[in-house]
Amino acid sequence: MTSSMLFNIATFSYLVSMLAFFAFLASKSKQVGLAGSLAAYFGFIVHTVAIGLRWKESYDLGHGHAPLSNLYESVTFFAWTIILIFGIIDMKYKYRVIGAFVVPFALLGMAWAQLGLSSGIEPLVPALQSNWLLYHVITCFLGYAAFAVACGLSIMYLIKAGKEDASGMAQAGGVISMFPSIKILDDLNYKAIMIGFPLLTLGIITGAAWANYAWGTYWSWDPKETWSLIVWFVYAAFLHARFTRGWVGKKAAVLSIVGFAATIFCYLGVNLVLSGLHSYGGK
Amino acid sequence: MTTSNRGFLQALWDFFCSLKLAIALLISLAATSIIGTIIPQGQLKPEYLQTISETKYKIYHLLGFFDMYHSWWFILIMYLFTVNIVACSIKRLPRVLKIISEPTLVMDEGFEKTLSLTHDFKMQGDTSSLRDKMVAFLKGEFAEPVVTEKDGEFHLFSQKSPYSRLGVYVVHLSIVVIFIGALIGSFFGFKGFVTINEGEAVSKATTFSNQPIDLGFIVKCDKFSVTFYDTGAPKEFKSLLTVIDNGQVVVDKRPVIVNDPLSYKGITFYQSSYGQAEGGTFTFTVRERKGGAPVTVQLAQGERKTLPDGSTMQVLEAASEVSQFIPQFRGAAARIEVTPPNGKPEAFIVFKNYPTFDDQRGGNLIFSYVSSEEKMYTGLQVAKDPGVWVVWTGCFLMVIGCCMAFFMSHKRVWVRVRKGHVTLGGVANKNQPGFQLAFDDLVEKVKKL
Ligand code: HEM
Repeated sequence: MTSSMLFNIATFSYLVSMLAFFAFLASKSKQVGLAGSLAAYFGFIVHTVAIGLRWKESYDLGHGHAPLSNLYESVTFFAWTIILIFGIIDMKYKYRVIGAFVVPFALLGMAWAQLGLSSGIEPLVPALQSNWLLYHVITCFLGYAAFAVACGLSIMYLIKAGKEDASGMAQAGGVISMFPSIKILDDLNYKAIMIGFPLLTLGIITGAAWANYAWGTYWSWDPKETWSLIVWFVYAAFLHARFTRGWVGKKAAVLSIVGFAATIFCYLGVNLVLSGLHSYGGK
Repeated sequence: MTTSNRGFLQALWDFFCSLKLAIALLISLAATSIIGTIIPQGQLKPEYLQTISETKYKIYHLLGFFDMYHSWWFILIMYLFTVNIVACSIKRLPRVLKIISEPTLVMDEGFEKTLSLTHDFKMQGDTSSLRDKMVAFLKGEFAEPVVTEKDGEFHLFSQKSPYSRLGVYVVHLSIVVIFIGALIGSFFGFKGFVTINEGEAVSKATTFSNQPIDLGFIVKCDKFSVTFYDTGAPKEFKSLLTVIDNGQVVVDKRPVIVNDPLSYKGITFYQSSYGQAEGGTFTFTVRERKGGAPVTVQLAQGERKTLPDGSTMQVLEAASEVSQFIPQFRGAAARIEVTPPNGKPEAFIVFKNYPTFDDQRGGNLIFSYVSSEEKMYTGLQVAKDPGVWVVWTGCFLMVIGCCMAFFMSHKRVWVRVRKGHVTLGGVANKNQPGFQLAFDDLVEKVKKL
């Protein structure tokens, strides 16, 4: 059994989970919804083992580093954190239907990693040989995952709010009626960002600490750093917007989606489009 | 002061206290920051002119886009932002401190109506024994209450984590602290660079704005080495550094690698680059194809030596690990140029690990690369930043403040004891659904009393 086989099984489980959640939206059958969650959890366990195994494989190859060092590894880890945050929200708040809007993000990541990225285990270049890599990447990605969940919730919010506007104040029927009420969606969006914001803050701080330790400057305005700050500003605006009238509901949902778009640009766009110190994932 | 003056100051103050301004500033910081990630920062004029026109260059230059994060308008936004945070916090803090230090101790009917969570119980017993029962209950199940007697009724008040209300202000303060740290660093610190040849020492570095700066001590590079993975990718760069202060060796041959810098007297040296220094010597053996004993040639890079058959040779370049350039080969290699008498110069590569390789070239002279005594130089980033601990303090405050603001809430419970009647009321400033569960739990427990 190799880690890449396990990654494939996890990807397949997420596919099953997503389809089950879509069927759940259509059928409203509780069992189907449960199947969606179970498939996601099964995938998550396999995924966790796969990451552990890949870590061990890197030791067997004599490199010995955490599997967080290239684009393939970071995308699979990102997918893992998305499912983790989804699991926490699913268990805690029991709104299964959220899975239909969150699991696809994880599936997309896994599918891209499995099909489009080179999965070789490479030795670490000197710049990445530090424990700070671990702290920095884990905190950032947990934050990103919380924002992914918030984005999924905001999309649900906009769909539901749009339908309710169109049909007057009456509750919309059909698939949409499965969604939690817009009040709950708004609240969950806020909760997800409340989890993500401190994690991103920690991610930026650990990144700054590492940069200071390795290069002597905690902040050098390189594009990756700057984009992480942009993301941070957007979510700070989101948090404050809640205290100002007229900025809740739809506007907050839009801000949350903009925040996630900036997150994705920070994570991928900077490496694929712009250039900078973070060679990480540049290949 | 005239009234219109006061009106103006008041309006200015209100402007700076406003949350709308905060959101506007946050969004403008986010939006303008993008510019500097698209336009490369800090390049030279000719480099810019390769991609943009002269007019565009002038406009961008005027707007400070080439060093955007230090342009006057970006710094201005940051200052406005800081003033905004400070003003807003100054305005709100007293109110919050009052909620903490002077809590509402008495839940009268009017106040009860403002609470979303209340419950009424009928209970047997006189007021003072009910009071004692409820005091013990709150102490055991929630928090030690304050008891107030008013018009023959008893009012109990107890609260949990009132200080979590300060979380927001801790976060805001932390931003100001980080700012101060950054300013200290920019006024009293420097960032620069130094290159040291193996075996040599320096006492000055050069800042990024090209100013020489005295270190106040001497740094010597005893040795530099670099190792590679099998793939040819670099694995480790290592300088052995010695620091000599006032004639004393204070740091002796300390290895410095990427991600493991050396600090002395507040100045830190970071391994950042390396290269071949001038002055290395190379040893080759040369024999003629037609026979004869090999001769040894020793020469420095760029130096020209005459060989037994009258040709001359020189070393053009050398590498201690060739696999990054020529993946099929491992180890050291040198590119040499040989010029026969009256002939054309010929350049080729010889490898240390493959002593017979040059046979196949088919030349009259066969070279092998025996050894090299190369000298490397190490490139070190040098930084002094006395503000960095202020920045870390700010970061620490920010994390603590975020946790207080997001994951803790100020929970308050009131109990009113009348004859035969006990009323429970409660409120939390965050996570009301979570508090409702806890409140319902309290109600169930009171029912069982
Ligand atoms: C990037 C900078 C900032 C950060 C990281 C930040 C952080 C925070 C956080 C974490 C909260 C708590 C939010 C919540 O509980 O949902 C908060 C609340 C608040 N912030 Fe900021 N803030 C920033 C800038 C500002 C600025 C410039 C102002 C200026 C007006 C401001 C005014 C406020 C106010 C009024 C509150 C609400 C306090 C309350 O609960 O009554 N913030 N801020």
